Amino acid sequence: MGEIKVDCKNETCPVPLVETRKALRKASKGDVIEVTGTHQSSKKEIPMAVESMGLELLGVREEGGVWSIKIRK
Amino acid sequence: MDKKATLIVHSGDLDKVYSAFIIGLGALSMGMEVSMYFTFWGLERLKKGKLDKASLSRMNMLGLGRWMIRRRMKQAGVASLDKMLKDFVELGGKILACDMTMEIMRVDKEKLREDVISDYCGVGTYIKEAMESNVTLFI
Repeated sequence: MGEIKVDCKNETCPVPLVETRKALRKASKGDVIEVTGTHQSSKKEIPMAVESMGLELLGVREEGGVWSIKIRK
Repeated sequence: MDKKATLIVHSGDLDKVYSAFIIGLGALSMGMEVSMYFTFWGLERLKKGKLDKASLSRMNMLGLGRWMIRRRMKQAGVASLDKMLKDFVELGGKILACDMTMEIMRVDKEKLREDVISDYCGVGTYIKEAMESNVTLFI
């Protein structure tokens, strides 16, 4: 089980969502994907996508305007 | 079965084509299946080299408005239509071309981006997909 990092800092709608989805498609079951970004709506919307795809949201953190979301496939 | 979104891209205006791709990509990212049907002026955007050669639906001002919006979009880090189309196809989105428009506008397949188009079809195909869709939009 690997850990995949996706850097979406300074990217805007819909890039963080799209890059998260691309990484999730490539990941194997059990892999952990960590997405980091600065686009505020995506911080709310990536967890929505995780929920609608029935995946596991491991956590959402934010520090100094940079958020980080961990997902398990 | 996955949820589905079906979009008609009737407009070829830059701003509306951007909206269409953003919505399409958003739906794919949420785990939906997405089909985008390009018809009338929208089909113009599927011609080779014409994806972003469009004017704005409003305040185009002979290209000045378009220049300004493009500059602002670049500053805001908005992805190009080229990248959006590439991502759309990579995420499994389907691009469909209206064959009646091709006939009316005298557009041959060779003039279109055959590399991204998954099929050529009429209204029946759209309605069939729309019936199975949770979201359908006319842009």
